[in-house]
Amino acid sequence: MGEQLLANKAIAVPGEEIARGMDFVPAAGTYRDKESILAARLGLVSTDNRLIKLIPLSGRYLPKRGDMIIGQVIDVQLSGWRIELNSAYTALLSMKEGTSEYIEKGADLRKYFDLGDWIGTKIINVTTQRLVDVSMRGPGLHKLSGGRIIKVNPSKVPRIIGKQGSMIGMIKNATNTKVVVGQNGVIWVSGKPGDEIRVLDVIRKIERESHKSGLTDVIKTYLGAPDAVGDGNYEQMDDQNEDTGEHHE
Amino acid sequence: MKTQVNIMSKYQRTDGRDADGIRPMEAKVGVIPQADGSAMFKIGNTIAYAAVYGPRELYPRFLQNPETGILRCNYNMMPFSGAGDRVRPGANRRSKEISMVTENALRPVIDLHDCPNAVVDVFIELPQTDAGSRCAGITAAAMALADAGIAMRDMVSAIAVGRIGDGSYVDLSYEEEALEDYPVADIPMAFVNRTGEVTLLQMDGEVQTEGIMDALAKGREACKRIHALQTQALKNKFQGDTQ
Repeated sequence: MGEQLLANKAIAVPGEEIARGMDFVPAAGTYRDKESILAARLGLVSTDNRLIKLIPLSGRYLPKRGDMIIGQVIDVQLSGWRIELNSAYTALLSMKEGTSEYIEKGADLRKYFDLGDWIGTKIINVTTQRLVDVSMRGPGLHKLSGGRIIKVNPSKVPRIIGKQGSMIGMIKNATNTKVVVGQNGVIWVSGKPGDEIRVLDVIRKIERESHKSGLTDVIKTYLGAPDAVGDGNYEQMDDQNEDTGEHHE
Repeated sequence: MKTQVNIMSKYQRTDGRDADGIRPMEAKVGVIPQADGSAMFKIGNTIAYAAVYGPRELYPRFLQNPETGILRCNYNMMPFSGAGDRVRPGANRRSKEISMVTENALRPVIDLHDCPNAVVDVFIELPQTDAGSRCAGITAAAMALADAGIAMRDMVSAIAVGRIGDGSYVDLSYEEEALEDYPVADIPMAFVNRTGEVTLLQMDGEVQTEGIMDALAKGREACKRIHALQTQALKNKFQGDTQ
C-alpha cells in the first residue's frame, strides 16, 4: 500500500515527491520514477482516488482545442486573418470560419475584421506543431467593439468565471457591464467608463485573493451586489466542467 | 617583499566560517511582477536576479526548433556590481561563456516539448558580485523557471567549492578566491537535486583528483541546503493558494 506524502491542495515544487507506491497513478504535471510520483512542474496537488495531478498556479497560455478565447487581429492574409492569442503561438482565422457572408473574390478582408480588432473566438484545432485554427461560428462569438481589455494570468480564469459562471454573472449584474472572459486570460469589458473601472478593480481583487474560499461572497460584499448566484443570463458554452472553456456574454 | 607561507599550513577562513560554511543566504520568488517568473538569490554579498519570459514566439526564425522549445539564458553583471571598477556594459567573452554554461546547467531538467518553435528566455542580472555569481545565477534561474510554470522534472542548485592549499572550502568569497599566499582552485558546480546528476562543473586553478572528489562531496552537501531554501521560497510565494 502506497502513501501520499503531500496532502491535497499542497504546493508541489518541481522534483518533489508527492506520493510513493505503485498503486498511485501519475496524471497531468507529474511523473513516475520507480516507486515515486514526482512533480514535473510547480502546482497544486489534486488527487482523484489514486490519480495524482498538479493544477498549474502560473504559466503562459497554451492553446487547447475547444477553448473560448479573446484574440486580436494582427495581420490580414490572402485567405484569412492572423490572430494574436496572448500565447507563444498565433492562430489563423480562415475566411470560411470568419463569416457566414459570401465574400467576393479579391474582396478586402479588412471590411470584416480589421487590424487591431478584438474578437471573441473559439479554438477548433491545434496541431502537434501548435498551429492553431479558430472559428467565429457558434453562439456568442463575435467582434468585440469598444470597451476595454484586461489581461490576467490564465490560471486565474476559472476563479473569475466561478462555478457555473456565478462570479462573472454577479459582476456583470452589479456593475451593469458586458464582460467576456477568454480562457487565454484576456477579458473584455464594455459599459460606462466608471463601471468598466469598477470591473477592472474587482478582477484585480479576484486575482489577488484567488486562493480564498468563499470568494464569491467576498466579492459580493465588495460590490454591494444584491444577487450572488448566476443570473441565468449567461450562456454556458462548454460542457459541465468548470475548468474548461467558458464564455460569458 | 611577500612572506612565503608554507602551503601545508592550514588555511583559516577570515570571516569565521568553517570549511562547510555557506555565506548567509536569502531567496525570494516573484520579485519582478511583469515577468512570467522571477526570483532573487543572495549569497553573502553576491545578489542575483532572474526573470523568465515565455514560452514565447522565437525570432529570428532560423533559431526555431520544430521538435522542442528552446531555452535561452543571458547572464549579465551590472556596471556597478564589482568591487568599484566599472564593468563595461554589454556581453563579453566571460558573460557569453557563463550564459552558455547556465543554459547547459538548466536544460537537463526542463522539458519544452510542449511548445515547439518557441523560446523561454531567462535573464540573470547581478547588481552586486562577490564571487560565486554564476552559481547564484543558476540557483535563482531554477526558482524563476519553476515560478513561471515551466515543465521541470527537478530543481537545480549550484555552489562553488574552493580548494585552498589541500583543503576544500565551500562558497569562497572574492577575498578568498584571490588569496596570494595559498594555491587556490575554484570549482563551481550544479546538481540536480533528487538524482544528484552534475549539470555544471568547471574549474579555475590546479587540483588533484582526490581534491575534486572531496570538493564535489562538500558541494553536494551544500546544494542540499540551498535546495531546501529554494523550495521554501517557492512555497512561500504560493502559500496563499493552498486553502
